[in-house]
Amino acid sequence: MSAVDALPAVASGPARRISTRFLRSELWMIFGRRRNWAGLAVLAAVPILMAIAVKVSGNGTGGGGDGGPDFFASITDNGLFVALAALTVELGLFLPIAIASISADAIAGEANQGTLRYLLAVPVGRTRMLAVKYTAVVIFAVAATLVVAVTGTLIGLALFGGGPVTLLSGAQVSFGEGLVRLLGICAYLSVGLAALGAMGMFVSTLTEQPIGATIAIVMLSVASFILDSIPQIEWLHPYLLTHWWMSFGDLLRDPIGFDAIRSGLVTAGAYAVIFLTAAWARFSGRDVTS
Amino acid sequence: MTVGDELAIASWGLTKRFGRQVAVDGIDLAVPRGQVYGFLGPNGSGKTTTIRLLLGLIRPTAGRHELLGEPIPAAAARILPRVGSLVEGPAFHPYLSGGDNLARLDAADRTANPATAKRRISTALERVGLLAAAGKRYRAYSLGMRQRLALAATLLSHRDLLILDEPTNGLDPQGTREVRSLITALAADGTTVMLSTHLLSEVEQICGHVGVMHLGRLVAQAPLRELRAAAVPRARVETDRPDDAASVMRELGLTDIEVHDEAATGLLGPVPAEKVVAALVHDGVAVRGFAVVAPDLEDLFVSLTGEGFDVSG
Repeated sequence: MSAVDALPAVASGPARRISTRFLRSELWMIFGRRRNWAGLAVLAAVPILMAIAVKVSGNGTGGGGDGGPDFFASITDNGLFVALAALTVELGLFLPIAIASISADAIAGEANQGTLRYLLAVPVGRTRMLAVKYTAVVIFAVAATLVVAVTGTLIGLALFGGGPVTLLSGAQVSFGEGLVRLLGICAYLSVGLAALGAMGMFVSTLTEQPIGATIAIVMLSVASFILDSIPQIEWLHPYLLTHWWMSFGDLLRDPIGFDAIRSGLVTAGAYAVIFLTAAWARFSGRDVTS
Repeated sequence: MTVGDELAIASWGLTKRFGRQVAVDGIDLAVPRGQVYGFLGPNGSGKTTTIRLLLGLIRPTAGRHELLGEPIPAAAARILPRVGSLVEGPAFHPYLSGGDNLARLDAADRTANPATAKRRISTALERVGLLAAAGKRYRAYSLGMRQRLALAATLLSHRDLLILDEPTNGLDPQGTREVRSLITALAADGTTVMLSTHLLSEVEQICGHVGVMHLGRLVAQAPLRELRAAAVPRARVETDRPDDAASVMRELGLTDIEVHDEAATGLLGPVPAEKVVAALVHDGVAVRGFAVVAPDLEDLFVSLTGEGFDVSG
């Protein structure tokens, strides 16, 4: 059983034969909510602040973080690197917080408000509810990543201009290809964040407190980064979800290094399958007394 | 063992234990179709847990049940769209308007027709008198408005069965009257209503059948008429010497005698009412008025459970 094949069976099996009405309602709940607008605005503010800071100081030395590639130095050469630098910086905390808050809200938020019992009585089957909620989390993960990338690209182009992109391996590609590679990076990071969202779904079925669930998921992701930075437990690193996130820089080499990317996708898929299955096992038999 | 043609709700030995505590203890519900069934019991007697069991929100420890003639949870996807429910008070998203909250519930219903959603939502809001406040955020609703919105949610599509947990909770007298007449009108259209309540007057006004819960058990279930007939009437003597009247009644064998300011009452039992008057007159107790009072529901309740209408522990 390949991890990637098994995912749809858990997540979207029942969603195929139904209308998208409930999913659209779910997306509208996420993207129509002021709180989430504020969160997305914070995500968008980071590349803007970074670009302005570099512009004002006149150089991009220093920065970079969490062992990822250092894109700061390249920002003054090409505006596209604002997006890459911002993704690197936000991957450590801001993006995980955004995913954590949305996925933690999925079941725990409805339980907390008491709306869970009314949705179940409509009736919304429990497997269908998890499938629709998780689909919405995945869409949000893509949207959050794109918000950072698009804002970074736009402010970068405005302050530093575009032109051919110098890759990490030294080769130059056209700006168009640079954009395509940035989109590829967004897709790769979305998969990783979606796997974190699967953990969030599971934690969300354990509690009626969405804030508690959010904190738990953020702590898990930060703990994963910390463990990844301790060299004495190197044997553990390949099993950590976040270990592979910073490998997105491999998409900026020529030729593209797919080994780490592939491992990252398989790890994310395995995390998603394990935690969605656990969420389903927990939620499908649970007494809803909220 | 399907009795679907006559019963809208049927259960067999339905039991729910939370740890060592038995919340619902082997109840056999029989709610006839087309009736308004009063599900009566003090707070904590297991009514809400029973309703959660009926809707499949929690799993029974033992026993099984059917709604509209089909087993739950097996047939839940087919049956629950025909069942409107109000469970343990209203619950909606506070930052959405009343209308948007209903649209959300309607979107979740696979059987609902999206083309008619708008019309059905405004019709439901109108029936509960909330159309004017449809665009207001739920956060700004009063408790009565919230209760009305929860009722509107049960009316979003055609229902054959309504399970309503304390639907008049938090409503003012006018709202209470409106909701009661709404329930009566729905029942007249053929909808079966299970009305869980701790208000005896509510049951007396609109229910044809009654089930009485006490400490997790269904201690009585019958047409209200039959329950009343089985209960013992009470004799009431109006007199300026209530103490003497009471002792005469005690001698005759009346029980549960109560002495008031200018009256005395007692349960008649097998004693003929005319014998009481004769005895009083014989003993020289002036009788200003005499009545045989059919027992009110509260007496009934006390006789069924052996205690007053307080919270069960």
